Amino acid sequence: MADLSVTFAGIKAPNPFWLASAPPTDKAYNVERAFRAGWGGVVWKTLGEDPPIVNVSGPRYGAIHGPDRRIIGFNNIELITDRPLDVNLREIKEVKRRWPDRAMVVSLMVPCTEDSWKSILRRVEETEADGVELNFGCPHGMSERGMGSAVGQVPEYVEMVTRWCKQHSRMPVIVKLTPNVSNILRPAEAARKGGADAVSLINTVNSIMGVDLDAMAPAPHTGGKGTHGGMCGPAVKPIALNMVAEIARSAETRGIAISGIGGIETWRDAAEYIALGAGTVQVCTAAMVYGFRIVQEMIAGLEQFMDEKGYARIEDFSGRAVPNVTDWQYLNLDYVVKARIDQDSCIQCGRCHIACEDTSHQAITAMKDGVRHFEVIDEECVGCNLCVTVCPVEDCITMETLVDTVDKRTGRMVDGSYRNWTQHPNNPMASAKLEPAE
Amino acid sequence: MTDAPDVRPGRLAPGAYDQAFADLHDPFDGHEARVAAERCLFCHDAPCVTACPTSIDIPLFIRQIATGNPLGSARTILDSNIVGGMSARVCPTETLCEEACVRMHEGKPVEIGRLQRYATDALMASGRQPYRAGAPTGKRVAVVGAGPAGLSCAHKLATLGHAVTLFDAKDKGGGLNEYGIAAYKTVDGFAQAEVDFILGVGNIALKTGVRLGRDVTLAALRADFDAVFLGLGLDATNALGVDGEAVSGVEDAVGFIARLRQAADLSSLPVGRRVVVIGGGMTAVDAAVQAKRLGAEEVTICYRRGAEQMGASLYERELAQTSGVLIRHRVRPHRLIVEGGAVRAVELMRTADAGGKLVDTGETVVVPCDQLFKAIGQVFVPTDLDGAGGLLELSGGRIAVDEDRKTSLPDVWAGGDCAAGGRDLTVVAVEDGKRAAVAIDRALRPAVAAAAE
Repeated sequence: MADLSVTFAGIKAPNPFWLASAPPTDKAYNVERAFRAGWGGVVWKTLGEDPPIVNVSGPRYGAIHGPDRRIIGFNNIELITDRPLDVNLREIKEVKRRWPDRAMVVSLMVPCTEDSWKSILRRVEETEADGVELNFGCPHGMSERGMGSAVGQVPEYVEMVTRWCKQHSRMPVIVKLTPNVSNILRPAEAARKGGADAVSLINTVNSIMGVDLDAMAPAPHTGGKGTHGGMCGPAVKPIALNMVAEIARSAETRGIAISGIGGIETWRDAAEYIALGAGTVQVCTAAMVYGFRIVQEMIAGLEQFMDEKGYARIEDFSGRAVPNVTDWQYLNLDYVVKARIDQDSCIQCGRCHIACEDTSHQAITAMKDGVRHFEVIDEECVGCNLCVTVCPVEDCITMETLVDTVDKRTGRMVDGSYRNWTQHPNNPMASAKLEPAE
Repeated sequence: MTDAPDVRPGRLAPGAYDQAFADLHDPFDGHEARVAAERCLFCHDAPCVTACPTSIDIPLFIRQIATGNPLGSARTILDSNIVGGMSARVCPTETLCEEACVRMHEGKPVEIGRLQRYATDALMASGRQPYRAGAPTGKRVAVVGAGPAGLSCAHKLATLGHAVTLFDAKDKGGGLNEYGIAAYKTVDGFAQAEVDFILGVGNIALKTGVRLGRDVTLAALRADFDAVFLGLGLDATNALGVDGEAVSGVEDAVGFIARLRQAADLSSLPVGRRVVVIGGGMTAVDAAVQAKRLGAEEVTICYRRGAEQMGASLYERELAQTSGVLIRHRVRPHRLIVEGGAVRAVELMRTADAGGKLVDTGETVVVPCDQLFKAIGQVFVPTDLDGAGGLLELSGGRIAVDEDRKTSLPDVWAGGDCAAGGRDLTVVAVEDGKRAAVAIDRALRPAVAAAAE
């Protein structure tokens, strides 16, 4: 049986499934329930300086639902903990004592002065927590006060505060990054320069979930006025995966421990993050939607996957997909695929045809010999995958890789050769020497 | 009625039998299973789990299907119900988990039974054996009856490290799953495949053809083993209560079903042109529908009360009706009309409900038949308990058991249909066996620990 235990930035946990700093980790009551359910660790909801902040008493959450009310995107305007610092610190200490094998990381957000950070770090250290996570990501409310993503968006601040934390604490420091930046590598590099032991990402994405067309206000709203919130949930996973991969493969940030966050609901989501370089994953939305018990499925599923693939430990496959993430310019332009429609499973809806006909390459028939019939025209098919994505029947349309055959569209023999854009004759900048794929 | 009774084999064209006895439900493919799984709301304290006699963690196994982990899903099912594959085929889900599903508020439950079959089929197809016998305790347990209760008990005991000898009177294990369920519910030899899978845990020796009371006595088993579990099932069938039942053409439905299930060639199995089945339970439907599928022209189920009192579920009743079986309510057999030693018709008495009491109306109706099957319930035959009969307390004609399925004897447990207080359901039998195994283990542990010291 696969061993799911991890040591992340020096912090040990029985499994890589941690609860992210968020409402589910605001109190001992919730965290105890989470540990009983099997979560490997928690990042305690962000602590700040007293007096505690005040939350709105109107709606804090909004969502995009699928037609069956499944939550696809989830948004919040809740701030950091609204409980006194003392209370949180006391509970953190008590819970850690009761659950010594679980990771207890404390999320922090205080004003950008060295004294503020120094002071709170000293108090957190007394709780015997395993580490701290610097909340440089919260995009609403706190950012208006110069904290959260207001820090995370300025690499110099990220580096400065990280350095303070490393100076004034023996605890491992995880820097939580905001995705609301143009290039995730800049704050990640800054975190590393400041001495961070790890980064965690992503925090939530700036978002307005919808507009109430009667009230003519963002939905949900607080007495007629709304503000942007931070979005998470399955919809943000692709954005987060890309950012994780960028950090995992960049020369400047490669090797830093990564805790993946964003839309993780199943073992498979977690495995994808780990394959792209994450050492642990953090979950919030899925727990808020389904309850803490979902971790059972995640643990069982990840174990099953690892057993099937022969991975004994998480690190055996962590980062395995990173070498296969490259820049567009290194993709093989000589690689050719063609769509294939399985006539036995085709239900004749015609979506592939009209998608291709109206918006792509006119490469799928609608009729053959006077009857409704959908078939790929190899002379036109560029292998774009649009038909596969719009087909309602799983595996009805597949992409076939051409091997040792002529591409009827270009007339070129496909013989397994490799030629990327840096080598292509159409590229005025093409270098004479071949650059291998990264 | 001057012609001879028309009971003969080969009523269908030679190639038509496979089609007639094909799988009742098309199994889900992967995509269908995931779509069905998506409908599960992962309820808190889920009502479906509460409704399941074996308490399978249904939301978890469905979520595991949704996340592409069918083997893990099967493990979740089998941990609670080792006979989960057959249960998925024979459980009256519409009165158990699916009836309790919160999606019933919109009229259509999550298809829990079919999803369970999808997951357990995936495990069977993988050929994997996820269970292993536990570290040997040195204790030996006799399990009598290799039906759902006995299999469940034997498997659990084996995983706990006890050496199990599993006895069955018949030639094969499986009990009613092998002998008493309609063929179209368990195609391709699934019942035996499941028995093999369960025995695959190891440390269970199956001895078939050994009947309690004939080949071995309870006293001998108690002397030879550290504990005994009785999963004997029921044996005799109730009588019609009319004169001259022992005539040609009149038979127990369970016997007919068993013959059909064990037939190498269905076209060799004789069936009447006109068949009457007396009874209102699942067995009546299984017999009637299979008679119809063998080519009987007119099949009539006769039940003494109304539709709502029938033991057969609504699904089963509809299956009978859409298969062309006529269900007559409020009639009971009054007299057999016999010619030349063979049944030719049954005279039925119409009944009425008089304040909850069933009364005859005096009006009769005659239904001609070439064959008549009795499916009016089975009874437990305690004579097999021989010398111990006096010691083993009965309750309502079946073996009295406590919460742990322990009998009045300190080293004997019992479960399944032979035990009092059950519901004559596969899943209840499985739960009985599981509970008894845990209780047996608890009883034997102190001795195991002492021996180890």
